[in-house]
Amino acid sequence: MKRYLLLALSFTLMVVSLYFVFVWVPTERMMGIVQRIFYLMVPTGWLTLLSFLIVFIGSILYLVKREEKWDILAYCSGEIGLVFTTLALITGSIWAKPIWGVWWDWGTPRLTSTLVLWFIYLAYFLVRSFASEPSRGARFAAVVGIVGFVDIPIVILSTTLWQGMHPPPLIFQEAGLDPRMMLTLQVSLIAYTVLFVILLIARVLLKNSEVDIRYLKEG
Amino acid sequence: MGGANTASQALSVKVEGLTKSFGNRLTLRGIDLEVKQGESVVIFGPNGAGKTTLLKVLATIMNPTSGRILIDGLDVKNQAEQARRRIGIVTHNTFLYGNLTAYENLDFYCRLYDVPGRQQRIQEIIEMVGMTPRLHQRVSTLSRGMQQRISIARSLLHKPAIMLLDEAETGLDQQATAMLWEALAAEGGKRRTIILTTHNLERGLKVAERVLILDKGIITYQGSTKAMNLPALERVYHSSTENEP
Amino acid sequence: MSFWRKVFAITWKDVLAEMRTKEIISAVLVFTLLVIVIFNFAFGTSPDVVKLVASGMLWVTFAFSGVLSLNRAFVMEKEEGCFEGLMVAPVSREIIYTGKMLGSLLFLLIIEAIALPIFAFLFNLGVFSWQLIVIVFLTTVGFVGVGTLFSALAVNTKAREMVLPILFFPIVIPIIIGAVKASESALSGGSWGDISSWLGITGAFDVIFLVVSYLIFAFVIEE
Repeated sequence: MKRYLLLALSFTLMVVSLYFVFVWVPTERMMGIVQRIFYLMVPTGWLTLLSFLIVFIGSILYLVKREEKWDILAYCSGEIGLVFTTLALITGSIWAKPIWGVWWDWGTPRLTSTLVLWFIYLAYFLVRSFASEPSRGARFAAVVGIVGFVDIPIVILSTTLWQGMHPPPLIFQEAGLDPRMMLTLQVSLIAYTVLFVILLIARVLLKNSEVDIRYLKEG
Repeated sequence: MGGANTASQALSVKVEGLTKSFGNRLTLRGIDLEVKQGESVVIFGPNGAGKTTLLKVLATIMNPTSGRILIDGLDVKNQAEQARRRIGIVTHNTFLYGNLTAYENLDFYCRLYDVPGRQQRIQEIIEMVGMTPRLHQRVSTLSRGMQQRISIARSLLHKPAIMLLDEAETGLDQQATAMLWEALAAEGGKRRTIILTTHNLERGLKVAERVLILDKGIITYQGSTKAMNLPALERVYHSSTENEP
Repeated sequence: MSFWRKVFAITWKDVLAEMRTKEIISAVLVFTLLVIVIFNFAFGTSPDVVKLVASGMLWVTFAFSGVLSLNRAFVMEKEEGCFEGLMVAPVSREIIYTGKMLGSLLFLLIIEAIALPIFAFLFNLGVFSWQLIVIVFLTTVGFVGVGTLFSALAVNTKAREMVLPILFFPIVIPIIIGAVKASESALSGGSWGDISSWLGITGAFDVIFLVVSYLIFAFVIEE
């Protein structure tokens, strides 16, 4: 029942967000229509970090408590995180094309550090498949999850400094944002976060069933 | 040493409700075991019964999934390092670095175990296993049997009170086997506690005082070797390790 | 202190074995030189080009040499079950990490100390600045700090040699960026002030990952 409520909430938020993005919010003067992808790019970027935070917490709890549920949480969050990271990369380059004239702009610290993060996510899953048994793979993945998360701030810092820039300001401090744009961004952020939570719950439940089936099969 | 109460004083090894799982596969499913000081126990069982896992858990190489292990009254969970000082282990792997000489290997392990008077101790122990002439040869240039002898020397460097032998006799010739048992008995006046696994029922019966049979991660039989002969043991072995359909 | 005595026992054991076989240092050194030669053909040696790509070349080379030598760090321990010998000995898992890490650090520094002058010789560069030495040292510490952890992990997987680079490179990207940028400045005679922020990032990386790896190493090697 609760899940359906959440689903309804997510649906409503998403519709509102889409309405805001495509109809209500004014078009940005300099960048034009393409600027609207900003309202998808920022939430995906945020979810990239949120999902990795959950991977990090799940990994620590798994190593300390050795309960499979924590590994499942980390795994599922990582999986959804990988999808959103990929989306963030795609929206990022769609944004880059008309604005900078290239699909990939190495000079954008956010884009480059997202790419590094994507590789860390990939390592997180690859190390599982290379392990000789699932429990060992879970343990190794947890180690990668922890090391990878700790690495993120340093990656962001160094890619920023590489460009000769100062560390980027937080999203909400971005100056001169029209209040309507601000509201649209906030609604989008909430809508996508709720979507993420729903996906995570669904994935964890599914993964639990997968594990149960595996146990039944192996006896 | 503190921590050991009088009741468990005479016990070298005490295992309570030990389980070990790899993922969802339970290799040890609830082992309870008490081994008295100076006792020798042989563990029989088919391949995959969990013998090696049990010994590795006792040696603190593997962490148990649940259960408690006391080595000389020391809980391996929080006093692992003190417990490890009392354990010597010989397996079919020698734990020796092939590119180092026998002396360098032994010297390395002496340092890890804080053995006092390293040089003297190495001379003494290498004499015991009859490998003195090979002391400064690279281990990889020695024959398998010789490596095994040095491995036995390695396991005894720190005068462990408890010896774990995992298929230690495989690969040893008769002479080396005799030497192994001699070396095990020789030191300290006090008898060592010995836990061994082997596939050879006859040998096990001969060297041990107590027989354990392990099958699918549980102890299915336990008894003294005194009143037992080989045919009786074989009967017991087969009835205790019957495979389920 | 008992901790360091045992750490050095492990490191010394590795050094002794390496002195016998020269397996890691000689192989990695040859590899390093080959990479430098290939770069020479890839980019040419005109002074302008060298100035532009020297620092990048240097660090691509060292990063690959690092992976190659770290890959070997635990192979020796796997033969004859030596690692189990370490596990049953009364030493904490942290001692094992520190001992192995120091061994790898030493080997890699030796390789770099030999490769740097050759690099300078072949490309006509002045590499002997304190700045560059500090950069190389700090970055190498970062490499082996996290590399030792991943090397122990990789050796326990099915595809050993494949796993380490996949794990290692994404994590060390920040210090590779730092090393390239800072070396660029050092090679063109920059001052300490020019590279201070990079040294800061690399130093922070070193401290963070030495601590994190030290703390979670036990989870990698347990069975």
